[in-house]
Amino acid sequence: MNMLKPERIGLDDFADQPVHVCGKAFVAHKSGALFWPAEQALIVSDLHLEKGSSYAAYGQMLPPYDTRETLQKLAALIDRYDPETVICLGDSLHDQGGAARMDAGDVESLRMLQEDRDWIWITGNHDPKIDRVLAGYVMPEIVVGGIALRHEPRPGARTHEIAGHFHPAARLVFHGTSLRRPCFVGNRLRLVMPAFGAFTGGLNILNAVFEPLFGDDGLDVWMLGHEGLYPVAPRLLRDD
Amino acid sequence: MPKPKLNVPRKPTKNPETTTRQSVKAGARKAPRNAALVATTVAKKTRRTRSTAESETLPPEIAAWFTRRGWKPRPHQLALLDAARERRSTLLIAPTGAGKTLAGFLPSLISIHNGQKKKIGAGLFTLYISPLKALAADVERNLTHPIEEMGLKVRTETRTGDTSLARRQRQRVKPPHILLTTPEQVALLLSHPDAPYLFADLDTIILDELHALAASKRGDLLALDLARLRKLAPDVMTIGLSATVARPSELRGYLVPQTDPEAETRLAEIVTVKGGAKPVIEILEAENEIPWTGHTARYAMREVLEAIGRHKLSLIFVNTRMQAEFAFQELWRLNDDNLPIALHHGSLEAAQRKKVEAAMAAGKLRAVVATSTLDLGIDWGDVDLVIHLGAPKGASRLLQRIGRSNHRLDEPSQAILVPGNRFEVLECRAAQQAAEAGDQDATLSRSGALDVLAQHVLGMACQAPFDPHALFDEVRSALPYAGLTRTQFDRTVEFVSTGGYALKSYERFAKLRPAENGKLRVAHPRIVQQYRLNIGTIVDAPHLKVRLVSSRGGKKNIARIGGRVLGEIEEYFAEQLTPGDTFVFAGQVLRFEGIRDTEVFVSRAAAEDPMVPSYDGGKFPLSTHLAGRVRAMLANPSVWSALPNPVANWLELQTERSVVPAPDEVLIETFPRGNRHFLVAYPFEGRLAHQTLGMLLTRRLDRIGANPVGFVANDYALAVWARGDISNLISEGRLSLAKLFDEDMLGDDLDAWLAESALMKRTFRLAAVIAGLIERRHPGKVKSGRQVTISTDLIYDVLRRHDPGHLLLEAAWADAATGLLDIKRLGTFLSRIKERIRHQTLDHVSPLAVPVLLEIGVELVYGQDRDAILRDAADELIREATGDMRT
Repeated sequence: MNMLKPERIGLDDFADQPVHVCGKAFVAHKSGALFWPAEQALIVSDLHLEKGSSYAAYGQMLPPYDTRETLQKLAALIDRYDPETVICLGDSLHDQGGAARMDAGDVESLRMLQEDRDWIWITGNHDPKIDRVLAGYVMPEIVVGGIALRHEPRPGARTHEIAGHFHPAARLVFHGTSLRRPCFVGNRLRLVMPAFGAFTGGLNILNAVFEPLFGDDGLDVWMLGHEGLYPVAPRLLRDD
Repeated sequence: MPKPKLNVPRKPTKNPETTTRQSVKAGARKAPRNAALVATTVAKKTRRTRSTAESETLPPEIAAWFTRRGWKPRPHQLALLDAARERRSTLLIAPTGAGKTLAGFLPSLISIHNGQKKKIGAGLFTLYISPLKALAADVERNLTHPIEEMGLKVRTETRTGDTSLARRQRQRVKPPHILLTTPEQVALLLSHPDAPYLFADLDTIILDELHALAASKRGDLLALDLARLRKLAPDVMTIGLSATVARPSELRGYLVPQTDPEAETRLAEIVTVKGGAKPVIEILEAENEIPWTGHTARYAMREVLEAIGRHKLSLIFVNTRMQAEFAFQELWRLNDDNLPIALHHGSLEAAQRKKVEAAMAAGKLRAVVATSTLDLGIDWGDVDLVIHLGAPKGASRLLQRIGRSNHRLDEPSQAILVPGNRFEVLECRAAQQAAEAGDQDATLSRSGALDVLAQHVLGMACQAPFDPHALFDEVRSALPYAGLTRTQFDRTVEFVSTGGYALKSYERFAKLRPAENGKLRVAHPRIVQQYRLNIGTIVDAPHLKVRLVSSRGGKKNIARIGGRVLGEIEEYFAEQLTPGDTFVFAGQVLRFEGIRDTEVFVSRAAAEDPMVPSYDGGKFPLSTHLAGRVRAMLANPSVWSALPNPVANWLELQTERSVVPAPDEVLIETFPRGNRHFLVAYPFEGRLAHQTLGMLLTRRLDRIGANPVGFVANDYALAVWARGDISNLISEGRLSLAKLFDEDMLGDDLDAWLAESALMKRTFRLAAVIAGLIERRHPGKVKSGRQVTISTDLIYDVLRRHDPGHLLLEAAWADAATGLLDIKRLGTFLSRIKERIRHQTLDHVSPLAVPVLLEIGVELVYGQDRDAILRDAADELIREATGDMRT
C-alpha cells in the first residue's frame, strides 16, 4: 500500500541526516556522501570514474556517461554543502588509463568543482596513481581529527577510520518484500562508506569480508533510499 | 526466388477439405509498417490442373508404405507435393492429427530419395526449425520410423543446445540430409565462416508451429536468418506448418522474401485443412458454489477428479505454475482411488519432466497437470480429455490446448472448462462461443525488434565482413523488417560497433572496423566468442536450483549434504522467502531453509496446508477478442439465464444496485468503504493494461488532491482507493472523469512514470541482453560478486538522463508498448471510451466490484513505493530503540 511520502507529512527534505562516527558529528547524505561540518569537508568514496569506457575497451559498450553522471551528483553536493575540502576515498578512477580516457568536457567540469577548495585524492587499489591532469593532492591516507581516512579499512587496528573499498549494500526483508540498497555501515571504531560512482554495484554486508571489521560488535546500518537514508535494524537484514 | 507469376485461384480441388490459393500480390499498394496484411487475391492465369495420379507422384517405396499401412496420402499432403514440384513456398494450416509433419517432409523425402540434385556444398538438403528442442527430438523419432519402414536412404539428425560439441562440429562439415533444430542453432550456424558451404545445397526449410514463433522476438531472429539462408541458397523453398490463426497472411508473408516492400507485400501459397469434428466443450458446474475471486478452481476439484476417473488420459491445463502446483496438491488430497496423476511444468527438473512424458506415452498415467509446456505439438499419448482450470484467457490458446486431445480428426475432442470465479464463468462462456464459431485471437502485427537486429548484425559480421548496403537490403526482405528505414539500420550498426551513443567517445574501441570495399569486419576474435555466448532472444529471469536437504533444524548455514534437485525457481521469488516459510513446489510442501550460492535449500515440510505465496510465472492477460465477447454478454440480460444460477443472480443484483454497462461503454463506480473512497473501473482489457492504467490514474488523482493510497487490478477491472472523497470531487465538478481518462495520460504522465517503473526496467534489461549491451548470466556459473556486475537499472537511469534518444531505449519502449505495460491496448481503450463513460455514484460497493476488491491483499498492490518499506523498517528501529515493541 502506498505510504505517506515525506512531503505529505510536511518534511520537504529527507535527503540527509546527522550521524555519529567515532564520536564525531557528521551528516550522511542519501547519495552515499558524508559531510563533516566541523572540518567543512565532503567525503565520497569509490567514484570509479570511466568504468563505462573501461568495459568498452573490452567490447562491452556501456554508456559513456557514468563520469558525467557521477560528477553531476558530486556538483550538487558541493552546491549544497559548499565544503572547503573534498576528499575522495580511493578507487576514484576505475583503472589506471581512466584519466586519459576522460572526455575533455568532464575534465573541465571536474576542474570547476575543484576551484576555491582543496581536493584530496586518496589512492586505492584501482588507482594507485592519479594522473596529474586531475589536479588535487594525492595521498595514500590522511588523518583528520584523530580519524584516519583511507581506502581500504584495516581490520583489527584500534584506530578510528572512515574507509570505502567494499561497496557495502544491505538486503532488507520486511513486510514480505525484499529490497537491496547500498548502505553506510559502521560501529564505534569505523565507518565503511557506500560506493558513490554511477555504475558501482554493492557487496552484502553480511558477507564474510565484513566480519573482521565489525565482528559481533553490533552494527549501525543506514540504507540509501530515493528520498532519504534510513537506519535499519541488522536483524531485518539477510544475506544474498 | 522467382517472382510470383500466376495469380489465379485454382480450380476447386476434388477434396472439399483442402483449399489452396496461389501466391498473390497484395496489390501495388503502399504497405505501411505494421499494416495488417490483407490478402487481396489477383487472378492472372490458370495453372495446370493437378491430374497426376498418386502412383505417379510418389516413388514406389513410399507409395508401397502408404498401401502397407492401409493409408492414402491426404489431399493436403499431395497439394504440398504439387507446390514443391513447382518450387512454391507454402503455408500449411491444419489442425493437430492431420498429418501436418509428414506433409512437410514428404517433398524432401522424395527429392532426397530420387537424388536429383548435384552436390555443390556440404549436402544439407532440408532444415527443419521448431520452437522447442523437445519438439525437434519428437519429430525426429516420428520421422526416422517411416524413413526406415520405407527403406529410404535419408539421414536425419537433431541439433540443439544439448547436442555434444563433437557432434555439432561434425555436423558443420558433414551434415545429414535433414537437420532438425531450433532458431538459436540456425543463428549460430550462420555466424560461422563456413556457413556458405554448409547451406549451399539447402533445398527446403520447414518451419514448424510457425504461429507460435512468428509474432515474437524469436520470430524476428528467425526471419532474419531466413533472409540470410535465401542469400546462401537462392532457390530454397520454405514450408510453414501452423495451427489455425486469425490472420494467415502474416505467416504467408513471413515465408517469402519481400523484394519490394513498399510496392507490394508478397505472400506464400496457402493450403488449409479444415478441422474435422468440432470440439465438444463443456463448462463445469460444481456442487459447491462458485467463488467470487481466485483462479484455482478449488471448489470443483471433486468433479474434476470424477471426470478424470471417467476418461483414459486427461490433460489438465492451468495458466500458472503456482496453479499447477496447487491443483496437483488438491487432486491428490481427494484422490482416494490413487489414480496415477502427474505434474508437468517448466520449472521442474528436466529428468523429472522426461519421466512424466515417458509415463504418459506408455499409458501409465490417468492425468497430467500441466502449464503451457505441453501446449505445442508434442505427442505424448492418447489423451481423450482436456480440462482447463481457470479461464483460458484466449480463444486461440483454448483451441490449441483442446487440440492436445484426440489426435483423430474425425472424432470430436472433449474439453471441460472450469471457471475459477464468477467473471471467469462469463469468460469461459465467451471462449466456448468463440471455439464454436472457430474464431481466433488476432495477434498484433509487429515490426521487427531493433535489439534482435543488433544481435543479427553482429552475427553476420562474425560470419564474414559484410557490406552494409547489401545487408540492409537483405534484412528488409524479411517481413518483420520490411518497414525498416536506412537510418534505423545505420543506427543499429553503429550501436553494434560503438554502442551508438550521442557522445562519440568509443570510436577507438569500435567492434566493427572498415575492411576492403566499404565492408565492415569484427575487430577482434574475442568479439566472436562474446557473440556466441550471448546468442538468442530468450532471457530468463535468473533462476536458482531447488535442492532438497534433510531438515535438522539446528544452526543455520551448516553445510548440508545435498539431496535431489527438484527444479528451478526465479531468484526474485526465492529472495523474499525467510527460513521457515513453506511453499508448494514439485508437488510437495517444502520448507525454505536458505540460499547457498546458486541453490535454494529446502526440506520437506510437515505442514499440510502450505502458505502459498503467489508466484506468477506465466500469467496471460485476457485477449481482446474474448474481452469483447464478455462485454457483450454482460450487456445482454437475455443470455444470463443460460449462466449458472449464482452468476445470473449476481448480475441481476448488479442491475438493481448499480448498472451493467453497454458493450461500448466503460462503467465507473465510486463509493465509500471503510474509511476510504473507491473508484472502480471495468475496462476488460487485461491485467497488464489495467496495471499501467492504475499507475497513471493514481498519479492524476494525486495531482487533483484526491490522495490516492493504492490500487489493484485484475483482468476485468481495477480499483483505486483514496483518502479523498472521489464521488464528492466529481459532483462538485473538481474532478472530471472525461479528463481523468483522457488519452493525454499516455504523454507526460506515462513518461514520468516510466522513469521509475520497475516493469520498464525489466523490459530494458531484456533488450540490453538481447542487443548484447550486457552479457548473459550463464546458468551453472556461480554468481560473481555483485559489486562487479553492473545492474541494467543503473544503465537505464543514466541513459534516460544523458542520451534519451538512444536506440536501446527506443527498443525497450517498443517492447513495453505491447508487452508488460500493454500501452498499445490501453491507448485503444482510452480512445474507444471517449464520451462513453458511464458513472455511477453509489453508497455501497456494487456486486460487480466485489471480485476486484477481494483481490486486495491477495494480488500485489501496485504503486508501492520502495522507500515506504525503508521508512517502515526505520520506524521499527525507532520503536525498538524507544522500547515500544507492542505495536
